[in-house]
Amino acid sequence: MSCSINDLAVGEMAVIEKVTAHGELGRRLRDMGLSPGIDLTVLGRAPLADPLEIKIRGFNLCLRVSEAKQILVRAEGRQ
Amino acid sequence: MSSVFTFALAGNPNAGKTSIFNALTGARQGVGNYPGVTVEKKEGVIIHKGQRANIVDLPGTYSLTAYSLDEVVARDFIIEQRPDVVINVIDASNLERNLYLALQFMELGIPVLLCLNMIDMARARNIKIDSARLSSLLGGIPVVETVGRRGEGLDRLLEEAFALARRRLPWRPLTISYGRDLDQALDLLTPVIAEKIKTDGSPPASRWLALKYLEGDQIIINRLQADAGTAALLNPVRQKLCRHLQATIEEDPESVVADYRYIFISSLTRAAVNYGPQARMELSDKIDRVLTHRLLGPLFLLAILYLVYQVVFLSGEAPVDWCENFFAWLGGQARESMAEGLLRSLLVDGVIAGLGGVIGFVPLIIAMFFMIAILEDSGYLARIAYILDRVLRIFGLHGNAVICLISSGGMTGGCAVPGIMAARTLKDPKSRLTAILIAPFMNCGAKLPVYGLLIAAFFSHHRAEVMFALTLLSWTIALLAARILRSTLLRGEKIPFVMELPPYRCPTVRGVLIHSWERIWEYLKRAGTILLTVSIIMWALMTYPGLPAAELERLEKAQAAAASEEERQSIANRQAQAALAHSLAGRAGIFLENYTTWLELDWRVNVALLGGLAAKEVIVSTLGTAYSMSEEQWEEDGSSSPVPAAAGSEPRLSLAGRLAQDPGWSPLKALAVMILVMIYSPCVASLSVMKKETGRWRWPLFSLCFNTLIGYLLAAAIYQAGRMLF
Repeated sequence: MSCSINDLAVGEMAVIEKVTAHGELGRRLRDMGLSPGIDLTVLGRAPLADPLEIKIRGFNLCLRVSEAKQILVRAEGRQ
Repeated sequence: MSSVFTFALAGNPNAGKTSIFNALTGARQGVGNYPGVTVEKKEGVIIHKGQRANIVDLPGTYSLTAYSLDEVVARDFIIEQRPDVVINVIDASNLERNLYLALQFMELGIPVLLCLNMIDMARARNIKIDSARLSSLLGGIPVVETVGRRGEGLDRLLEEAFALARRRLPWRPLTISYGRDLDQALDLLTPVIAEKIKTDGSPPASRWLALKYLEGDQIIINRLQADAGTAALLNPVRQKLCRHLQATIEEDPESVVADYRYIFISSLTRAAVNYGPQARMELSDKIDRVLTHRLLGPLFLLAILYLVYQVVFLSGEAPVDWCENFFAWLGGQARESMAEGLLRSLLVDGVIAGLGGVIGFVPLIIAMFFMIAILEDSGYLARIAYILDRVLRIFGLHGNAVICLISSGGMTGGCAVPGIMAARTLKDPKSRLTAILIAPFMNCGAKLPVYGLLIAAFFSHHRAEVMFALTLLSWTIALLAARILRSTLLRGEKIPFVMELPPYRCPTVRGVLIHSWERIWEYLKRAGTILLTVSIIMWALMTYPGLPAAELERLEKAQAAAASEEERQSIANRQAQAALAHSLAGRAGIFLENYTTWLELDWRVNVALLGGLAAKEVIVSTLGTAYSMSEEQWEEDGSSSPVPAAAGSEPRLSLAGRLAQDPGWSPLKALAVMILVMIYSPCVASLSVMKKETGRWRWPLFSLCFNTLIGYLLAAAIYQAGRMLF
């Protein structure tokens, strides 16, 4: 099932399917290594549930909910 | 013949570039700015086996696009200055993302050397990199393994860098396939561009320029389309490609390029890297589970900030006393060894007192910088931004802005100068400017003596409560001001908060010392030049013109004739006050009484506030001079013959005591004055650093007027409302 990073639970793993963001945000997300086919894990969320911290390609990245919604993933272990 | 080479040090933020730079150059380095922008430019000299090279530390970047200032600066340096070698520092434990930047240098074609830094971390994480294989896959570019923090591998790094530089290779671009559509377009564009750049001095990298052109890089587009002929040849190709990609895969060329680059990187790492079994959770992530926990995180944040302030004040306390004592001693020495006169007054009251007032705070500022460097180098500073981003966003600020506010005195006792400089961590110009403009609202260390004085005089039973209220008020005002600025003058899109959270690392003493020393030196230079000038100007304004000769003579005679030492002292004080009223600053204060009527401020407060423009510490010392003893008699009498008032019978009062007894003051007025002091114009040091950081006089001038106006209106509103209620 395809969803966005924001729909993942803390600790859940997923594979990136598509980065829908364009312009500067899209560019920044790609520069940071978010590209299709890559695994990521949600590590946690900040006190107000936003931003969230993910692990990707062996490093930690934080991004806001509005940004996480623009990265579509396929959650592992879900139908 | 030996010539001096130029090396550029490039790499991602957090790849350990700074530690490599420091290890290579040692003390032979300097900080400046790139021409026309406020991006810091660090340069150093390397001497290796009798050879010299200049090395430039480029800003840490993830890519080489035209979006952020740092990237443009790094790119322009490479293209315009053409260093002999680019030393690309790569975090070996994070190879894939770091290679993304490295590929872009290779596509440009400049001679590159890959420095696989923190190779120990990679090994600890079971990542085995076959450097020789990687090198041969990348066409034989040198690959060196280093551990910058321990200085390992640096000899080899230099050996390879000089060897590469000596070969003086022409630029040899690496060619990556970007899929059929893009490759076709590139093949069409490259010859056209190659023809054009023969004449205009662009870098010899026509395919790279074609790629940037297709990616929609605005700077390159403007450059290539400068003449209509070339534009007519290039533009249709790009238009057609964009339409085609949109129709077939709903993507733009930029994202296709990025995806293919990562595919190329994957093919490299598959061949040259062996990922062993990975730990399920690294230590750094375990620490993060606690320090950024949704409930515990904010508590740890408060505790850590509290600890920082405790350390700053405890370690700064004794040196501050030493500094103050030293300047007091210096002033005393000068007073004794010089003849009375203008020169002595200039030196003692102007230069020594003025500089002493500011240098006295330097130990605190050094301690503050030191702690901030520790927070930064350990990786915690990024977590503070992470925790607070959501709250600050409400006010149009970026998570990183919290660093500026805290160093400016967010917990009382910082300084806006380092705070404003800390705004450099904000990449977006508008949110950076917002942070710079609100930093002076914080309760810096220099405002504390003013609060201390007025609280002692009027709120001595509620010291802590009033101080706490003032802290809250300063945050409220700063955040509201940010909100207003962001929805009016500095309106702009929200910038992304896609930020790397570097792993926690134990800061090295050397790293922290170098890191904090750079900022301390910047501050000292400013204190030494601008503040010295301003101190002298303030002294002159408060000294000239002197009292008329006849008046002076009479007062001096009265002093000589005084029956007791106390009486003599009281006359001397009156003389000082009369002289102040007569001076330009005093007249300005009297003149300003017409404009500060809503607050009913008298001229002495006005003079003190004017002096506070030089440095807020001056407010208290000026009030001290202006409110000298026995003023009632002096004013009521109004005559030129001072009556030896009840001197001796009346106990000498402290300044706070005197203010408390003064009928012109009330708790309400004290509150209003404290609010005015909190908000009104930043001091000269802050204004000058604002000019330096924003590159224009417009913003310090704006601050001067806007803050003063807001401060006055708010203080007056509170004062007037209070008077109606009570």
